Amino acid sequence: MDRSLILGLLIFLTLLAMPFALPLIGQGYLTGLIIKAMLLAIAAISLDLLIGHGGLVSLGHAAFVALGAYAAAIALQSGIENILVLLLITLALTGFVALITGSLALRTTGVYFLMITLAFGQMAYFTLTSLAAYGGDDGLTLWSLATLFGSNVVQKGNGLYFIVLGTLLASWWFVNRMSQSRFGRVLRAARDNPERTEVMGYSVTRYRLVAYVIAAMIAGVSGLLVMQHAEFVSPALAAWQRSGDLIVVVVLGGLATRNGAILGAFFLVIVEELLGSFIHEWRLIYGPLLVFMVLFAKGGLSDLLTSKRRGNQVA
Amino acid sequence: MSTLEILHLNKKFGAINVSNDICISIADNECHAVIGPNGAGKTTLIHQISGMLKPDSGAIKLSGQDITNMGVPQRVQAGLGRTFQITSVLPSFSVLENLAIAAQSKSGSSMRFFANAARESTLNSAASNALERVGLEDRADVIAAELSHGERRLLELGIALAGKPQFLLLDEPMAGLGRVESAALVSLLLELRRSMPMLLVEHDMNAIFKLADVVSVLVDGKIVVSGSPEAVRADPAARAAYLGEGSQ
Repeated sequence: MDRSLILGLLIFLTLLAMPFALPLIGQGYLTGLIIKAMLLAIAAISLDLLIGHGGLVSLGHAAFVALGAYAAAIALQSGIENILVLLLITLALTGFVALITGSLALRTTGVYFLMITLAFGQMAYFTLTSLAAYGGDDGLTLWSLATLFGSNVVQKGNGLYFIVLGTLLASWWFVNRMSQSRFGRVLRAARDNPERTEVMGYSVTRYRLVAYVIAAMIAGVSGLLVMQHAEFVSPALAAWQRSGDLIVVVVLGGLATRNGAILGAFFLVIVEELLGSFIHEWRLIYGPLLVFMVLFAKGGLSDLLTSKRRGNQVA
Repeated sequence: MSTLEILHLNKKFGAINVSNDICISIADNECHAVIGPNGAGKTTLIHQISGMLKPDSGAIKLSGQDITNMGVPQRVQAGLGRTFQITSVLPSFSVLENLAIAAQSKSGSSMRFFANAARESTLNSAASNALERVGLEDRADVIAAELSHGERRLLELGIALAGKPQFLLLDEPMAGLGRVESAALVSLLLELRRSMPMLLVEHDMNAIFKLADVVSVLVDGKIVVSGSPEAVRADPAARAAYLGEGSQ
């Protein structure tokens, strides 16, 4: 069996065991941290679909996380409590917004695509800050959370943990599966050589747009769960720095690799937590660490863990 | 019946007439070569046929269907295959996968998200088929970026063939090839031209005289002479414009 698949299974088995193992060693509170990392990983997996598989570097992806979170929060405020209905609302809204913004943004490529997605991201950010009825700048604290047909199993503790884990598993499986499919093949071809792909008879923009919409919808689902986990939404979710963090996670983990986005997300969350507990200016250490990683682990963490030529990595 | 028909094609860049009332008709299983000095408008003509440029006026028909207003992918779907002057393949794909994805575009929808495309036997056998036609069987699993220049040229032709075209547009297929590689490609094209009409833009006169049924000489956007290779070779206007100059 291929190494990355074994690594993936190991990751998921570990995550599955955590809620049972951590309380035994008196570290039960860490599940909250793991949920945070898993939520970041879901968004990163969706971004890797664009950056890794599609070659489309978006600097506005966090906006879809925020849109998903706000769509769910606002629907919740207006009395819709069922998490499955909220899921549908989130998917519909993020998908629709992605269809509109994507069909404009995908008229460009490279650094222009990056700029235009940044612009859309900032538009989302300022739109959210202007929602006075929903907290404006300050964000919105939720006094009630989504339920599953009236049951609060999806609100806290292990119930929420397993919902997030299940969503992570589903996104991981779906994106990996898709990368091997006919669609994924066309998307990779368009990354490799868009002109040739067109001359093979594929309308490149169409495939990219579908990928963009799917990525946005997955990010939106992570937003719904972010809301459920934090019991709070704020425009900061859409800040462009968040999109930057997502790019770092994807690149650090390894572009277009099976487990890269998950590894990158856990790396970021763990480093932030560890360094943050020692020093307030933890980013001073984090920065050089990133430089080091990018220089010496070019294939990302995933490659570091699964490559058969580990001794040669630096060369 | 003619497979490709170019009718009164005009294209101007500013004041320069790059295509000046070009008419070309290519019959079934005919190989039509276009020659001309640099700057004559050959590439512009190719771009208009493939859909990368829109003509100012005129029409292009493929098997009777008007393709003038179609985009690049639609023309390929309508049966147009092409190779590039500067070799263009998918560098990170294996040779076989380059061919399989070319076959994929003519074999049902590619908006399929779950099934593993590498396991689709119809695509793989179409790819192997194209692989054999261009003689790259023993390079099937090599990453395209690692092929030699000559092999990449063959792969490119294979990609065009895997798309099951009705018509081939070949943009300087001999460019950059050595004598031996060139001869091999000519014999491959000789084989092909019995079953497929093609438009060939080429500088290599040897290749043209071996392959072409009809040669058109393009000068300053205008076709000055058109006829059999022998007739064109003997034509004083053609000699003056192109052959006599010994350009390239």
